[in-house]
Amino acid sequence: MMESAPLKKQEIILKGIPASPGIAIGSAFLFIKDIPQIEKRTVEENDLPQEHERLDRAIQKSVKELQKIIIFAQEKVGEAKAKILDAQIMMLEDPILLEAFHKRIRDERLNAEFIVSDEISKYSHMMLRAPDEYMHERAHDVDDLKNRIVRNLLQEKLVSKLEGTVIVIAHTLTPADTMILSRNHVLGYATDIGGITSHAALFSRSLKIPAVVGLGDISREAVSGDLMILDGHSGTIVISPTQERIAEYERRRQNFLQFERELEGLRGLPAVSTDKHKVELSANIELAEELEYVVLQGSQGVGLFRTESLLIGRDDFPSEEEQYKEYKRIAARIYPKRVIMRTYDIGGDKIASETAEEQNPFLGWRGVRVCFDHPGFFLNQLRAMLRASTRKNLAIMFPMVSTIQEVWRAKEFVSKAKQDLRERKVRFDEKIPIGVMIEVPAAALSAEMIAKEVDFLSIGSNDLIQYLLAVDRGNSLVSSLYREFEPSVLATIRSVITAGHKAGKWVGICGEMAGHPLATALLVGLGMDELSVVPVVLPEIKKIIRSLSFETMQEVAHTALSLPTSDEVEKYLRAFMRKEFPEIPIEDED
Amino acid sequence: MIEREVIIKNRSGLHTRPAATLVKTAAKFACEFYIVKDDMEINGKSIIGVMTLAAEQGSRLLLKFDGQDETEAAATIVQLFENGFDE
Repeated sequence: MMESAPLKKQEIILKGIPASPGIAIGSAFLFIKDIPQIEKRTVEENDLPQEHERLDRAIQKSVKELQKIIIFAQEKVGEAKAKILDAQIMMLEDPILLEAFHKRIRDERLNAEFIVSDEISKYSHMMLRAPDEYMHERAHDVDDLKNRIVRNLLQEKLVSKLEGTVIVIAHTLTPADTMILSRNHVLGYATDIGGITSHAALFSRSLKIPAVVGLGDISREAVSGDLMILDGHSGTIVISPTQERIAEYERRRQNFLQFERELEGLRGLPAVSTDKHKVELSANIELAEELEYVVLQGSQGVGLFRTESLLIGRDDFPSEEEQYKEYKRIAARIYPKRVIMRTYDIGGDKIASETAEEQNPFLGWRGVRVCFDHPGFFLNQLRAMLRASTRKNLAIMFPMVSTIQEVWRAKEFVSKAKQDLRERKVRFDEKIPIGVMIEVPAAALSAEMIAKEVDFLSIGSNDLIQYLLAVDRGNSLVSSLYREFEPSVLATIRSVITAGHKAGKWVGICGEMAGHPLATALLVGLGMDELSVVPVVLPEIKKIIRSLSFETMQEVAHTALSLPTSDEVEKYLRAFMRKEFPEIPIEDED
Repeated sequence: MIEREVIIKNRSGLHTRPAATLVKTAAKFACEFYIVKDDMEINGKSIIGVMTLAAEQGSRLLLKFDGQDETEAAATIVQLFENGFDE
């Protein structure tokens, strides 16, 4: 008898979007949620009662599963976000829907799986026809529900326990999946679709699990048990890697771990230069869940809490009480360090559907402009923040301010909120620090006057650069003109710092530029008092600051500001970093 | 049968919470209750149906009540829409 030679698997390399850093090498686990082929079967008259009973049992089982997930979600992400899942339970208990299932089984004499799938699909198809994103998400919810019932009809188990340590591969991960799977030891996540801002991506970063999203069709390329490499730095996946490849990545993984360990040693240390110039190094966060990670990364506080995350995944607005609880939780966790909370920075479309389409949303109804027009909504948030400030470690920051009048107006709102609380005899920090984001060029030019009115300024570099250079980063025709080292940008940053210091106020920066290792020496050298960065890069930035003298950084700033083009500035900074920090990887432009 | 036309007043349209209120209120009446939006007609006692309508603020809906207590049902439910579901 001839024995066929074992089939040698080809190495497959896929590129996606890096969503959480780190390298994982391990076996793949395909997390499949696609329901199996649903068979259409005629049910004999005699077997009908049994079919109805089978459906009832599957529905009950599904309700139980969802209740369990909701309880777990409440623990993990808080009650407000767990509400995302409430609608699914309500649909499972929809009497009209249940009646339709039973009636069709009876009339058409077809099996429950087929009827459930057919009936629910009608709704999800209608939802997908609606033009808005919100309905599309709802359609996914409805499909998820359909799959849950069908799976229970087929008496297949809900996959929530994973064998061993694996790299989870999925077409997409819903918040419910991410929650359930996170109870296992997951080495990494790889998904076909999804963006860097999805919930799954946010969770993996918080949990320090490497992740790559937007891979296209990895769920079709990989098979459970396949050996694979996941590189969360570059967004690369290698399925069935060669021995050499594994050795190479294993080396990289060790290097990364080594670098991490080295950085870990810096955790408890301040961001201070070799000649004792101190910089406040804090983190930007979106979710309270990121706090553990932020603390672990050795942050000196939160320089930007984007409160918009409280509005994600829900279609109403959180009450003052609900907001208060969330803000209090964050302020308590970070205490005695400080958290700067930014008031809602949302577009007008999020708050009222009567708005006409805006031709130029970037120049439109955003940030405080929206809040001023919805005083009740704004005051609710301010009162909630004030109530959470009793430990005196909370500061309020206003986005999208352009003029001094707007600063006055925002402060009047704070006074009104304080007055309300005094009348209600509720305690708060009377001296709560108030700051504004400097992201509109008009505000940058009036920074000196504005600084006199507030306690601090924080440069929102992303928007400031876009407005200053009149470049929409999202527009691929001009996005290459978005250059953070443009001399005009550097001059503006310098003038804002000077203006703030003249008024005796501290100046920070919380845009992406703050977390760019190329910019660290330059920004500190310019006299920036605070850098608020994405938590992932925090140790790296701290290391740069701790390794250089303030004098050197001032020289870097001086030289950079004397160069006429962004290309030359960048070239200079790259050369400087290569010389001083060869171990810090700096990504190439484009 | 009674037919009434309503316009959605509340900010975020017939999203989860108002949809739930609507369905719960409708369930108290024996009469049949259907909602028509554009060319779509759904049972107003079904949460999945109401959510499928994707009725935003400003949308016009035709409400159809048919049955013994239709007058009372129509009055109660139209009132809900008028009050913008107390949002």
